Amino acid sequence: MTTVLSVRELSVRFRMPGGRHVAAVGDVSFELAAGECLVLVGESGCGKSVLASALLGLLPGNAETSGEARLGDGLELLSADERTLARTVRGRRIGLVPQSPAAHLTPVRTVRAQLAETVRELTGARGAALAEAVEAAAARAAFPAGHLDRYPHQLSGGLAQRAATALALVGDAPLLLADEPTTGLDRELVDRTADELRRHADAGHALLMITHDLAAAERIADRVAVMYAGRVVEIADAAVFFGAAGPRHPYARGLLDALPERAFAPVPGMPPELGALPAGCAFAARCATPKEACEAVPALVDGVACHHPHRPLAEEASRA
Amino acid sequence: MLELRGITAGYDPRDPVVRDVSLTIGDGEAVGLLGPSGCGKSTLARVAALLHRPDAGSVVIDGEPARGWRHRAPREQRTAFGVVFQQPRQSADPRLRLRDLIAEPLRATGRRAEADTRVGELAPVVGLSAELLARRPHEVSDGQLQRACVARALVARPRWLICDEMTAMLDASTTAALVGVVEAYRRESGAGLLAVGHDAVLLERWCDRTVRWEPLTRPFTVSRGLRPRTPGPQTPDGLNTVPVIRVTQ
Ligand code: SF4
Repeated sequence: MTTVLSVRELSVRFRMPGGRHVAAVGDVSFELAAGECLVLVGESGCGKSVLASALLGLLPGNAETSGEARLGDGLELLSADERTLARTVRGRRIGLVPQSPAAHLTPVRTVRAQLAETVRELTGARGAALAEAVEAAAARAAFPAGHLDRYPHQLSGGLAQRAATALALVGDAPLLLADEPTTGLDRELVDRTADELRRHADAGHALLMITHDLAAAERIADRVAVMYAGRVVEIADAAVFFGAAGPRHPYARGLLDALPERAFAPVPGMPPELGALPAGCAFAARCATPKEACEAVPALVDGVACHHPHRPLAEEASRA
Repeated sequence: MLELRGITAGYDPRDPVVRDVSLTIGDGEAVGLLGPSGCGKSTLARVAALLHRPDAGSVVIDGEPARGWRHRAPREQRTAFGVVFQQPRQSADPRLRLRDLIAEPLRATGRRAEADTRVGELAPVVGLSAELLARRPHEVSDGQLQRACVARALVARPRWLICDEMTAMLDASTTAALVGVVEAYRRESGAGLLAVGHDAVLLERWCDRTVRWEPLTRPFTVSRGLRPRTPGPQTPDGLNTVPVIRVTQ
């Protein structure tokens, strides 16, 4: 399979007044292939949106990055200059499906006008070819041609999401980045949006979705990465993660247990401040099974960053 | 008992988003109101919390009809309610430190003296440290801010809680934690709850009884023929309307 994005030991920290630092993303590594969907889950403030901004070159000026994030064609995103990012990355190599489509669309222009502008900019099409390309772009995102002359406020939430997705797809970018695309949508619409994004992955795009919605993640993901306090604590096959075996990291297990269809029991406590991370495992204060080894930051080994990961029963038995 | 009787409400009297809806919540009862976003259920929640004056109908709180809305609501009726909204940032004054944000309802009703004690009691319950209490909204995450908003809703010890999509922006663990805080308060105080949302699994787990929006809104339908509502402008709730059925004249 073709690797579309390869992230190696990516870290982002913010310089704060008074010489403080906030470690928003720490040592994140993963690969993403064409046709594959990786979903990054975690609670607000865990660093997942900072990671997305780093990939798009949209970090604020006080951010310092290390590691690398390389696209399939070799371009390294962290060291790319703004001109390259603006002209060749955002919209062309990476299509962004935004969090709040209504806010992403320009309120005073019709969907057709906005699509036309993007198509013209990215493909150079003019005249009849442009009109045709606009309709084709709408069709790719299942946006009905009959609604192209509407303004964003005249669209339902679902159609606004499709219009935004159509814009994201215009450049036919190999990588799609969807940042909380289902927040605030009804369950039915969440499912439909997830299914549509899945279709684009099946059509050959690599899809990186960021969400706090585990149900949406389960519906769409090939693999799931769980972020906690800026680090990926587990990365697993979605079928295993959501299946009988379940996750192996205590935080990931707690997150699933918090679902109303499961135990509906919260993980006790709150995550640590990213500006004041503890020396060892960042989850230790909330973990039911911390041991001495947990005083050292656990590395991500074999898909899980924990000194005492949960083991499936069968494996437990075979060890006995 | 909290009674909503024949409520019609909206932002344009010719095209109300809530039409002749009646709903009763018993003492200490938790009722979930389930409906798609933009259907008008948030408007109904605002009416129930005395934050939006209905075009028709009445709200009866523990036997007393509501005598005013928003700032004109009499103090004892206004403080009977604690309200939590979906978007903590839209409902939080950005200038206030979380400690003052939580105490707002007490200050607004001349109960400033209780503020320190109540904030001190509630902060650990919602999981906010002294350090977080000293921050302003832009210095905390959405989840932390929503924790403060839940504390604000409980600070004046309301008899009724209105939670409008309280957890729609939150992860599973914060959702379970905040629902747990609300339920612990209800057990201790006997307060009733109207929880509005679109997540059936959540509301059914949370509430004693779940009511669907659609049947509530068509008490006068059937034989006269129905047509879907034409797409209109966005409601101030933020999301566009999903077709709502109404009677053809
Ligand atoms: S490393 Fe230790 S403290 Fe951290 S999650 Fe694993 S068992 Fe718990």
